[in-house]
Amino acid sequence: MNDAYLGIDIGSISTKGVIIDKDNKIITSLYIWTEGNPVKAVTKLVNKLKEQLPSNYIIKGIGTTGSARKLIGLLLDANVVKNEITSHAVGTLSLYPNVKTILEIGGQDSKIILINNGIITDYAMNTLCAAGTGSFLSSQAKRLGVDINDFSEYALKSCNPVKIAARCTVFAESDLIHKAQSGYQKEDIIAGLCKSIVLNYLNNVGKGKKIMGPIVFQGGVSKNKGVVKYFKEVLKKDIIVDQNSHLLGALGIAILSKKYQINKTYNLDINSISFETKPMECMGCSNNCEILRIYKNGKMIDAWGNRCNKVIKL
Amino acid sequence: MDKVISFPKLDNYDIPAFYVLSHISSLKIIKPSKITSKTIELGSKYSPEFVCTPFKYTLGTFIESIEKGANTLIQFGGGCRYGYYGELQEQILKDLDYPITLDSLIIGGKTDIKRIIKIMKSYDPSIKLFKSIYYTLIGIQMIKYMDRIDDYIRLNIGFEINKDSFINLKEEMLNDFSHAKGLINLHRLYRKYYKRFKKIPINKPKDCLKIGIIGELYTLMEPSSNYEIEKDLASHHIQIKRYTNVSYLLLKKRKLVKKYLKKLKNIKYRMGADAVDNIYHTKELCKKHYDGIIHIKSSFCTPEIAVMPIINKIAKENNVPVIFFSFDTNTSEVGIKTRLEAFYDMLEMRKYNE
Repeated sequence: MNDAYLGIDIGSISTKGVIIDKDNKIITSLYIWTEGNPVKAVTKLVNKLKEQLPSNYIIKGIGTTGSARKLIGLLLDANVVKNEITSHAVGTLSLYPNVKTILEIGGQDSKIILINNGIITDYAMNTLCAAGTGSFLSSQAKRLGVDINDFSEYALKSCNPVKIAARCTVFAESDLIHKAQSGYQKEDIIAGLCKSIVLNYLNNVGKGKKIMGPIVFQGGVSKNKGVVKYFKEVLKKDIIVDQNSHLLGALGIAILSKKYQINKTYNLDINSISFETKPMECMGCSNNCEILRIYKNGKMIDAWGNRCNKVIKL
Repeated sequence: MDKVISFPKLDNYDIPAFYVLSHISSLKIIKPSKITSKTIELGSKYSPEFVCTPFKYTLGTFIESIEKGANTLIQFGGGCRYGYYGELQEQILKDLDYPITLDSLIIGGKTDIKRIIKIMKSYDPSIKLFKSIYYTLIGIQMIKYMDRIDDYIRLNIGFEINKDSFINLKEEMLNDFSHAKGLINLHRLYRKYYKRFKKIPINKPKDCLKIGIIGELYTLMEPSSNYEIEKDLASHHIQIKRYTNVSYLLLKKRKLVKKYLKKLKNIKYRMGADAVDNIYHTKELCKKHYDGIIHIKSSFCTPEIAVMPIINKIAKENNVPVIFFSFDTNTSEVGIKTRLEAFYDMLEMRKYNE
């Protein structure tokens, strides 16, 4: 039997899972939509990964990252639950040990990570607004009636991308409508959109950061060739986009779960677990904390959201 | 109408304030209640949207106190926009048809003792000057002791062996302090608790992570306004350094800022509030080889916005990571926690992998 480690990155838009062997090589991976229900998405993901996994592997560690990391960590009894920044850095470093800058644009957040000699030295994340991220792109694609998968194609066709104000999603959207209504071509608007993502990213997230090569671009948006093209154009540097650029966070957390394994085997039998969350408003004081109680197989295993030390009863 | 006094809430400093007021006068005093989400909701409902958060928090506290019967409010005032809070809050409360009066202790950035005595006399003519001085001294001493104990707690709370042992003992201490019988009794209590704090078992490694937190004073000192950032740091086993506390602001700041201005050659003006202090403290934290700096402020805090680039530059020159947070009444807590966690991870990687 060979050891394998599962890493799951549950983002706002998509859920990514990879299973690696002890040499950090990806055995199998999957990318599905979260669709607003992380528990359901992960159940689907784990079942599919289990099918794909050759029978001579046994799972020795599980790690979770992404915005639903805590919840799914409880569901799967993960041995490592870590934030996205660390996971992305670890994942990328395992493939590109010399990387100096990681650009990451995901569904709802975007970040920049600066690395020196394999150590994170600085990072920044977008400030709590989803301007210039994947969810903005996909909502605009819907508005323009273009499938998000064809976005790259359109963007690369354009010769004169239109200028779109990229500071704020709402302004960008009204700018975009204005350009469309005044008769600009669809491909020029899409190219302008891709360029605006790049400019917004560099002005907000990358502000004041020294971007040095080698640069790796990852996250869901890195699959968009238009954005990659404009990153190259604006930074005047080469940009590496890994073929698994959308999976690097999940890869990172899988590696971390290998590093911190606790001599436990997981059977990935997710269907037999009943998992439930019950919200509740505490009436202990006027703060009225919103408490979320988590039940696994009928037993409360955790409760979040209370500010004081009052014990929460079942 | 009988005067019923109340004042804003700032961490546990309402204990010495209540102590002094209740000993020097026979006035009825309403202790400000703990800041809860209801306080914040009330405060932000009646505040201008782009005012800094302390305004909203203190206004919410005032409304809660008024509903309990308070009609005479005391606001502190200070060296930035805080100096105008009193007048504006009074107007807002009067517009809401609350029959109140509101006085600011500090006006135009100056603490005029004579004026404060006059205000107190107008509340209660029977207040005796000598008694007031004596109890004010006890109050100041109490603040000093509380801050000293807090400094010790910040150094060690992340490494306690029994969970909550520091917080529980602190609660016990504050309760005893509020019943102190005089200056000597207070000193004895302090000695007793200081020894007990020293006895709390800790497991502190020599090379633990050390983080300094600086920024705007209210956000720093009131835990409910910074999402209990110190608690979060402690839960990650980090030693915390914070310069700003009331005894610093009350007793040391005036002298020290002059010294800081002399030492900081590039800075000629005070820039309001704690701007100069924060720049100097950044330098000091870098010099003392702290692993990281967290700068927090309430949104729209102008003095702190002005110092951010300077702090960034100093930290970069010294190769110390710094992270900035702006807190508003509706900041998402999860977002803050993610960024903080990544910050700790980065500091750990930098410290132990080199």
